[in-house]
Amino acid sequence: MRQFMQYVISGLATGSIYALVALGLALIYRSTRILNFAHGDMATTGTFVAFSLLGMNLAPIISFPLAILSGSLLAMLFYFAILVPAQRRNATPLGQIILTVGLGLILQGLISYLWGTDTKTLDFPLSDTKLWRFQGLVISELGLGTFVIGLLGSGLLYLLVQKTRLGIAMRATSENLTAAQTLGIPTRMILSLSWGLAAGLSVLAGVFLAPALLLDPFFMLEPFLKGFAAAILGGLNSLPGAILGGLIIGVAESLAGGYITIAFKNTLAFLIIIVILMVRHEGLLGTEFKERV
Amino acid sequence: MDLTESYREEMRLIRKPWTGAGIGMIVLALLVIPWLKMDYLVYMATVVFIYAIGIQGQNILIGYTGQISFGQAGFLAIGAYTFGHASALGIPLPLGLLAAGAMAGIFGVIVGFPSLRLKGPYLAIATMGFGIAIYQILLNSEVISGGRMGMTVKKMPALFGMTQQVTFYYFTLLLALIFTLISYNTISSYAGRAFIAIRDNDIAAEAMGVNLARYKLLSFGMSSFYLGVQGALFSLLIGFLEPNLFTFMESVTIFVGVIIGGLASIGGSIMGAAFVILVPQLLGAMKELVPVIFGVTILVILIFEPHGIAGRWLKIRLYFRNWPFR
Repeated sequence: MRQFMQYVISGLATGSIYALVALGLALIYRSTRILNFAHGDMATTGTFVAFSLLGMNLAPIISFPLAILSGSLLAMLFYFAILVPAQRRNATPLGQIILTVGLGLILQGLISYLWGTDTKTLDFPLSDTKLWRFQGLVISELGLGTFVIGLLGSGLLYLLVQKTRLGIAMRATSENLTAAQTLGIPTRMILSLSWGLAAGLSVLAGVFLAPALLLDPFFMLEPFLKGFAAAILGGLNSLPGAILGGLIIGVAESLAGGYITIAFKNTLAFLIIIVILMVRHEGLLGTEFKERV
Repeated sequence: MDLTESYREEMRLIRKPWTGAGIGMIVLALLVIPWLKMDYLVYMATVVFIYAIGIQGQNILIGYTGQISFGQAGFLAIGAYTFGHASALGIPLPLGLLAAGAMAGIFGVIVGFPSLRLKGPYLAIATMGFGIAIYQILLNSEVISGGRMGMTVKKMPALFGMTQQVTFYYFTLLLALIFTLISYNTISSYAGRAFIAIRDNDIAAEAMGVNLARYKLLSFGMSSFYLGVQGALFSLLIGFLEPNLFTFMESVTIFVGVIIGGLASIGGSIMGAAFVILVPQLLGAMKELVPVIFGVTILVILIFEPHGIAGRWLKIRLYFRNWPFR
C-alpha cells in the first residue's frame, strides 16, 4: 500500500507537468481549432533560452521568466506572421495544423544548429537528490516543486480565464468569433494572447522537466505527446479536463511502470489515446461538436 | 484543367500524344542513367524511386481521401522487419515484398478503424501515437528487431551480368513504375472517386451511397501496403535494420514529401520524393538545417501555393500553352 502511494505521488508530480502542456494545447485548440504540433518545440526553444541565460550567470528568478516570455513572444509572432496571412488566404483547418508542423520542424532544426545535439544539464535551483519524507513516503525536492508549480500555473490560468475581463473576452472569442468581433472584442489580439499564454505554460513545463530528463533538442517530444494524450483524455476543449487528464496520465504511467514493466511505460499514453478516441472521443469533460453537411 | 468530351477519353491514362512522348522520354532517360557510370547518381535515383512509392501511397490517403496520418514510420518498420524476417527464413524476394506490403496493409486497416469515428486532428494524433508506439516496441523487444544491435538483411543478388547496384536500380525503377500505374488507375476508378468524395464531404458522400467504412479502410490499407513495400525496399538498399531508422522524423519526411509535391497529385508525389531526398544532399555538412528547409518549404507552400510543386507546374504549363497571348 505504501508502495502504491509512493507511485501515485511521483505520478502526480510528473502528471502536473503533463497538465501544463495539455492546458496549453487545450487553450489553443479551444480558441483557434488548431492542434499545435509545434508545442513541444516551442517549449524546447524556451528551455534552451533559459539554459543560455543561466550560462550568462543570470539568477534563475530572472532568467526563467525571461525564457517564458521569449516562448510567448515566439508563439505570438507565429500567430501574426504565419497564421493570420494563411487564414486570409483561406487555409483549411488541416492546412493550419500542417503549418504548426512546419514551425515545429524549423524550431527543431534551428535548436540543433544553434545549441548542438549533444545533451546538456540545466543548472536548476531545486535538486532531485534531496529527498523529503512524510510518514515513510519519499518525494524529491524537485518533484514537490514541480507539483506546486503545476498546481500554481493551472490555478492562475483558471483565475485568469474565469475571473478577469481578459478571460471573459477569451471565452467569448472561442465561443463565437464573429459575435465577439461584433461586440468590439479585439479578437486577433485575444487569440494571439492565447497562443502566447499556451507557449508560456509549455516553457514553464519544459524548464521543470529539463533537470529530470537531459536537455537535448528532442527532449520535449515525449512529454508533449503525453500532454496530447492528457488533453484528449480530458476533452480537447475543456481546461479543467486538461488538468484532470494530465494527472491521470501521470499516475497511470507511474503505476504501469512500477507494477507491469518499465519498458512499455511510454507506450501506455498512446494506448490511452486510442482507447479514449474509440470509446468517447470528446474526452472525459469535453463536449462534442456536431457537424452538418 | 482538361476538357474531356467522352467517358472513354476521361478514363484514358495518357490523354495527349505529347504527354505520352514526354513520359516516354523520361522513362528512357531513367533507363540510360546507369550507363553514365556515376554510382552516386544511381544510388540517389534508387532512393528517390523507393520513396516515391511510399509518398504516392500517402498521397492517396492524405491528398485524395483527406485522412491525415503521422504514423508512416510505423508502417515502414512493419514492412521492413517483415521482409527482413521473411528473407532470413529463405522466402523468395518477390514473396517477401508481397508479405511486407500485406503485413503493413493489415496494420493499416487496423489503424484505420479509429478513422471511422475520428477526423482531422484526432486522427493525426492517433496515427502519430501508433508510429511512435511501434518504434518503442521495436526498441524494447529484441525478438522482433534484434534490439539495438540491429539485424542484417541479405541484399539483392546481381542479375544479367550487371553490378548489384544497377540490378537494384532497375528493380526499384520497375516497381516504382508499377506502383505509379496502380495509383493512376485507382484514382480514376470507382474507388478513387469514392476517396475524393470522402475527402470533400464524408457525410454527403455517405448520403450518395459511398460505403464510408469500406473505402476509408481501403484507403488506409492501400497506403500502408505502399509504405510496407517501401520499407522492404529500403531494408534491401542498406542491408541492415535497426529501430533508429524508423523515428518520427521518417514520418515527417514522407509527410513533407506529400505536401511539397502537391496534395492529390500522383506526379507531384514523385517530384516531392525527389525534393525530400535531393535537397538535403545540397546542404552537405549542415545536416541540422534539413528540418529548417523542410519547415520553411511547408510554410511557403501552404501559404502561397497550396497545391505544391504539381500545382506550380500546372500553372506554368497553362501559361505556356497559348504563350504569347494571355
